[in-house]
Amino acid sequence: MTNDAPAAEATESEEVAVDEPREARLAMISESLGDMLVDSHIAVGRDIWVRVSTDAWGEVADVVRNRLGLRYFGFLSVIDWMPSPYGRSMDSEVDIVLADAASSDDAAEEAPDTGFTRGVTGGETRFQAFARVSHVGDPGDFWGLTIKADIPDDTLAIDTWTNAYAGADWHEREAWEMFGIRFTGHPGLRNIYLPTDFEGNPMRKDFPLLARMVKPWPGIVDVEPLPATDDGAEEGDQ
Amino acid sequence: MTPMLAVDWAYWQETLVKVGLGLVAVLLLTGAVVYLYLFKFVSFMQSRLGPMEAGPYGSMQLLAEVGKWLQKEDVFTENSDRIVFGLAPAIVMSSTFLMFVVIPAGPNAVISDLGTGIYYVLAMTSIATVGILSAGWASANKYSLIGGLRAAGQLIAYELPLVLAVVGVVIQVGSLNLQDIVHAQSDGAIFGWSGIGNPFIFTQFVGFMIFLIAVQAELTQSPFDMPIAESELVGGYQVEYTGIRFLVFFIAEFATAVGFAAVASTLFLGGWALPADWASESTMHWLGPIVISAKAVLLVGVVFWVRFSLPRFREDQLQQLAWKFLIPVALLNIVVTGTLKVAF
Amino acid sequence: MTSVTDRQKLQYIAAQAADARVNVELETEGMTLNLGPQHPATHGTLRIIAQLDGEQVVHAEPVAGYMHRGYEKLTEVRTYPQITTLINRIDWLGSFANEVPFILAAEQLMEVEAPERAMWIRTILFELSRISNLILFLGDMGVQLGAVTPVFFAFRDREFVLDQIEAATGGRFHPNFDRIGGLRDDLPKGWLESTKGSMDKVRDFCDQIEDLLLGSEIFQTRTRGIGIVPTDVAMQYGLSGPNARASGIDWDVRRDNCIGLAYPELDWKVWTHTDGDSFARFWVRIQEVREAAKMVDQLCDGLPAGPVMAKVPRIIKVPAGEAYVATENPLGEMGYYIVSEGDLTPFRVKIRSASFSNMSITPWLLRGVYVPDIITILGSLYFILGDIDR
Repeated sequence: MTNDAPAAEATESEEVAVDEPREARLAMISESLGDMLVDSHIAVGRDIWVRVSTDAWGEVADVVRNRLGLRYFGFLSVIDWMPSPYGRSMDSEVDIVLADAASSDDAAEEAPDTGFTRGVTGGETRFQAFARVSHVGDPGDFWGLTIKADIPDDTLAIDTWTNAYAGADWHEREAWEMFGIRFTGHPGLRNIYLPTDFEGNPMRKDFPLLARMVKPWPGIVDVEPLPATDDGAEEGDQ
Repeated sequence: MTPMLAVDWAYWQETLVKVGLGLVAVLLLTGAVVYLYLFKFVSFMQSRLGPMEAGPYGSMQLLAEVGKWLQKEDVFTENSDRIVFGLAPAIVMSSTFLMFVVIPAGPNAVISDLGTGIYYVLAMTSIATVGILSAGWASANKYSLIGGLRAAGQLIAYELPLVLAVVGVVIQVGSLNLQDIVHAQSDGAIFGWSGIGNPFIFTQFVGFMIFLIAVQAELTQSPFDMPIAESELVGGYQVEYTGIRFLVFFIAEFATAVGFAAVASTLFLGGWALPADWASESTMHWLGPIVISAKAVLLVGVVFWVRFSLPRFREDQLQQLAWKFLIPVALLNIVVTGTLKVAF
Repeated sequence: MTSVTDRQKLQYIAAQAADARVNVELETEGMTLNLGPQHPATHGTLRIIAQLDGEQVVHAEPVAGYMHRGYEKLTEVRTYPQITTLINRIDWLGSFANEVPFILAAEQLMEVEAPERAMWIRTILFELSRISNLILFLGDMGVQLGAVTPVFFAFRDREFVLDQIEAATGGRFHPNFDRIGGLRDDLPKGWLESTKGSMDKVRDFCDQIEDLLLGSEIFQTRTRGIGIVPTDVAMQYGLSGPNARASGIDWDVRRDNCIGLAYPELDWKVWTHTDGDSFARFWVRIQEVREAAKMVDQLCDGLPAGPVMAKVPRIIKVPAGEAYVATENPLGEMGYYIVSEGDLTPFRVKIRSASFSNMSITPWLLRGVYVPDIITILGSLYFILGDIDR
């Protein structure tokens, strides 16, 4: 990111600003990926996202590494888009106060139905794999790319990236134990953090955070009482 | 010792007194060294104070430590070979104390004045290898086993430069007896000037350095401490030892340091003696032990200075140092010494 | 300082191959050595299962997770201001540095920007965290190699830096000082002068370590040509920070992708080393501490006036969106991928911690080395357990 536009300029919804270097990079990416590319997104001055088809996931790694020169492996992980059945566990006293105050400010924001249910490049399935790779060239020539792919709900399996990026090994093992996603072709999908006989996939949204179930989160103990007036809630801290 | 005390004792009485006095002397010196160097000198090197609570300036700390160790449970690991495990510290300890038998601390203050004194010393120190190896094996612990094997390899490798470094002195004196070596130095002269006698550190400087390096390795002190290597083997052959058995290892380690330092000061620094015209022989009866103790403690200081300054070698690098550098240099030293001895 | 040549590397590889051949001929029986989870060299609870042939490693498998605290899950039920308390504990030696990328990512989503003074103070504290973290590494590397003294010097001189962090933030280890939109407080009076004074101490420490360790022949024989990471392998495994730069990757997030910190306005240098061995990694870190001290001096001199907190809502709701912000933490690239659905809590936070990637190379790197070299290599890769396990 050589041109650092301030975050304030990055107005996602209106698309007034155009990020020339990123547009050029995206054009290059979509040319190399061809049919495999499903969707793409540019946050002006910030980042590029692409979504690729599930079947091409393994091949994409090869393309971005060897043809696009994104040789640096950042991370690989999985996201569970199912809304948590346990809510946000925001049931402690302070959180209820906060939520009430927030909702009384502008009731419109209370319904977060902004169509944002599968992230910036969309998606159809519950689980999505996402990975970040970067191009590290000469000093100053550095840019990153977030790649996503849907994971089929029936098989919960996707190709491994270990053939292209050896470092994906541990990241995929983590995703395997945390989300229960199988990476076909991975040399040894074993638990990396959890005990071998652990049952369940903790990072799935339907896996309860037991600490919260057993005892409600007390929140901050010495909570500063909120100003009584409604507009007080909008004031900055300073 | 007997003529000095001028009492007609039976042989067994004499032996008991000698052994008792020897033990007390060795333990006192070891304690002094541990307090002086391990507790204080090193602390000051590392910008800290060291023990300060037990006694004035922490001087009673050692007693507190010993008391602590004596109270601890004597733990045997389940799979250990109990007999060997229990014997190993005793073997190491006895090797250490047997070494002091021939080191003279005065004109008569020597437990047994053997004709082959120096070779007796070197032979006795080799016994420690057996103890360490059996400690490593009997613990039934992989770290201990690796540590014990490393120790065996290292101690054998460094026995050679140690022996070869001594040979130079022996050639110069023409005797293996430690008293003879001491007298040769105090009565000698440097190019006709006998002001300070002729300590062999001047003529045998190469031998002295090799001896010190080899001693460092024999003591398994850093930079040669792979058998213990607390950051990789967690303590090597000592891993499973606790309580009194660990204490025995501990005492043996530092007593051996004192012992080697005493041998080094006897061989190269003139031993208990002062040059012939500094003090009469009757003075040396009581001054001698003080002189050799002072020299030995100073040399132990060097050992600790090095130990707490340098990182450690790797096992193969240490062997290379011994076989490719120290032994050739020591052999060369012997050749040169022998040639000069014949020439003059 | 680039005196390990290709020839030496080849010699090292050839020597290892020769040893392997001898072992095949002699058919020595293998042994499994379990380093850890309680082991002095793993500073924490990492466990390494090493298959040994004699003292040579045939296969090494690191086992992490003894300290996994599930931060990614926990962040999903905490509000944004609460999360900084958690993520402080990821890399506990450079804890302020953990807060910065998360706060920056949240700010990016909220489209607020901290005032300039806050940006500069963040950069100062960031570099102080780096110094306090890397000083401990420099001393600790000595312990790994059997030299006990350097670590005491490290603990002594780190206090000068920790005192400054404490004076500014109130916490020696876990400042929890960063807020969305700025900082909790301004700096106390006289802080800038005393910080510059402590930087002199840091530079003295670097000189001392250079004399004590870097210049020592034993240190060099133990580290040169040991644990060589080629550039391409480093890229594949996602090695970052000093480890990557020691492998010749001329890349520093502070210079190449600086978001919301004051680095572009400073005069400093990114040090790289071409060898990729343990020595190079140590050397690069010494230079980084020096550079950081230089930067802190410049930052203290040029600190702009103004407020330290931007106007942000009292109740922080982050608009829906995704953002990934990474910074150059003491251990390497640390990034937070935040997915927000416009709520009080993030929907998902992926924590990309440096040590996790740095350690994932160990099975590859430890193949064929000797037991003492395991320690050297692990020490020079420099991981913090909390940063692996999160």
